[in-house]
Amino acid sequence: MDLIQSYSEELKLIRKPWTKVWVWGLVLAVFLLPTYTTDAVVYIATMVFMLTVGVLGQNLLIGFTGQISFGQAGFLAIGAFTFGHLSMLGVPWALALVAAGVMAGIFGFLVGFPSLRLKGPYLAIATLGFGVAVYQIFANSPVLSGGRMGLTIQKLEEFWFLNMEQTYFYLYFIIAGLFVLLTYNIVSSYMGRAFIAIRDNDIAAEVLGVSLTRYKLLSFAISSFYVGVQGGMLALLLGYLEPNMFTFLTTIDFLVAVIVGGLALVEGSILGAAFVVIIPQLLSEYKEAVPFIYGVAIILVLIFQPLGLAGMWLKMRLYFRHWPFR
Amino acid sequence: MSQVAETGREQLAADKPPLLKIANIETLYFDRIYALHGLTLTIREKEIFAVLGPNGAGKTTLLKTVAGLLKDQPNKGTIEFEGRRIHRLAPERISGRGIVFVPEDRGLFRELTVKENLEIGCWGRRGKEVKDDLEFVYELFPILAERGEQQAETLSGGQQQMLAIARALLRRPKLLMLDEPSLGLAPLVARSVYDALVKIAEIGTTILLVEQNAKLAFSIADYGYIMEAGRIVLEGTSAELQENEDVQELYLGLGGDEDSSKGWRLYKKRRTW
Repeated sequence: MDLIQSYSEELKLIRKPWTKVWVWGLVLAVFLLPTYTTDAVVYIATMVFMLTVGVLGQNLLIGFTGQISFGQAGFLAIGAFTFGHLSMLGVPWALALVAAGVMAGIFGFLVGFPSLRLKGPYLAIATLGFGVAVYQIFANSPVLSGGRMGLTIQKLEEFWFLNMEQTYFYLYFIIAGLFVLLTYNIVSSYMGRAFIAIRDNDIAAEVLGVSLTRYKLLSFAISSFYVGVQGGMLALLLGYLEPNMFTFLTTIDFLVAVIVGGLALVEGSILGAAFVVIIPQLLSEYKEAVPFIYGVAIILVLIFQPLGLAGMWLKMRLYFRHWPFR
Repeated sequence: MSQVAETGREQLAADKPPLLKIANIETLYFDRIYALHGLTLTIREKEIFAVLGPNGAGKTTLLKTVAGLLKDQPNKGTIEFEGRRIHRLAPERISGRGIVFVPEDRGLFRELTVKENLEIGCWGRRGKEVKDDLEFVYELFPILAERGEQQAETLSGGQQQMLAIARALLRRPKLLMLDEPSLGLAPLVARSVYDALVKIAEIGTTILLVEQNAKLAFSIADYGYIMEAGRIVLEGTSAELQENEDVQELYLGLGGDEDSSKGWRLYKKRRTW
């Protein structure tokens, strides 16, 4: 085990030179994706980037802080419709995206209050109530949801020599990249330590000086901010919005992504997002089978690989590092 | 007896200012069950205090009340630390004042490694002092440096207790409160934990100890309190308490040369004390 020698080394995200090569190689391969694949693949990759943002937020809440929330569809809807209304008012998309995140963050902060008193399944039910309530409100109020026509949103224009798919691809690549970096930094900061302490033993965390109130609410707010930004990205990508996109099944998508990808692993969130996007695409002929696959995947992962897809990768790396001695 | 205790206490009180002053506190569970019933207790700086008592006397409740872990408690009475009121403050603010509580189950972050546990112990602190404190802790418990990368839940009971104490020390406590540090430990291991406590007291940390194992507690404590049914019924220096007949009979297991039920009958009789 290599020991960390200095503080600057502690702060580095990538510690080994070879890991750096791997990571940059991978980033480059993804960056050049449009040059060697079709537009359909590029579109799927764009969706993966979009979902990565939300799953990262969900992982911060479930994986790192240990607070179970089933209200993600609600935050997604709030983010998406905030973005939709603002962009119809003519607000530029970048500003609207931030506003979508902030609006969802505010609601996340409010929904976080039950978490101060409730734990585990009770909290799950309380947040589930929020998610369902938001859907009902949007479904039943034409002012908010744009009525039967839904909201129509101005999509991006083609940028420079890129076509439509490629423009979205690069924009979402950059946004997802920023959120991945942000998450790595949150996790390794004092804030991340506080989240982990609350997850593992909240009484000990309190005794050691971590304010449960502050950090639980902060976790909810940050997580909802992520999901809200994803809602804005969804609206921008699709170009229209209707309440039916934000049913309870959307929440399940997040949960599957977090568990299958790996709890409390940033890389896991990316893999989990990819899983949730790619499986329905592969099974587009058998749409009914998708929830079934999700259920089986969760059970198998929890039994055989509690660390998820990213955990599998970790174990593989460890195996090759020790090879051929173990 | 009580007069001796009084004079001894007055002498000591004259030497050192009180660090923690608990006056007439009442703690209730579910708004109706009294766990602490008008308890008064004073803790002076740089000494080791032991609180003894039978099961259900409210020892753990006392520590939890001081640490602020029981919401809206104490119901009545005041707790002062260094002359400032701390009752009904949030636990993290009490911890910030310098009172650190090591719970009975040790409160480790079980899934994290020993090193990560200690890192969270340093949470919110910065500067060079942290490094010095870490070195002190590793010097006190060399086994923790050895087991740095091991998951906390895979440690043995004694090592877990050492880790819990080490993590608490990294908060630089003025008052360290320990709930049954010898619980579930083999006598030799418990002894080594207690030896470490003596060393911690030597650097100027005040220790408040709750313990069932009276012999062990008296071996390091300067002053003892005996609790029963939510009150302090007896107090005195460790030597005085060890000579007290009731304490010998009920806590140290001495003087029980007649049939064993005598102790229990005496206990019943003296419940009122």
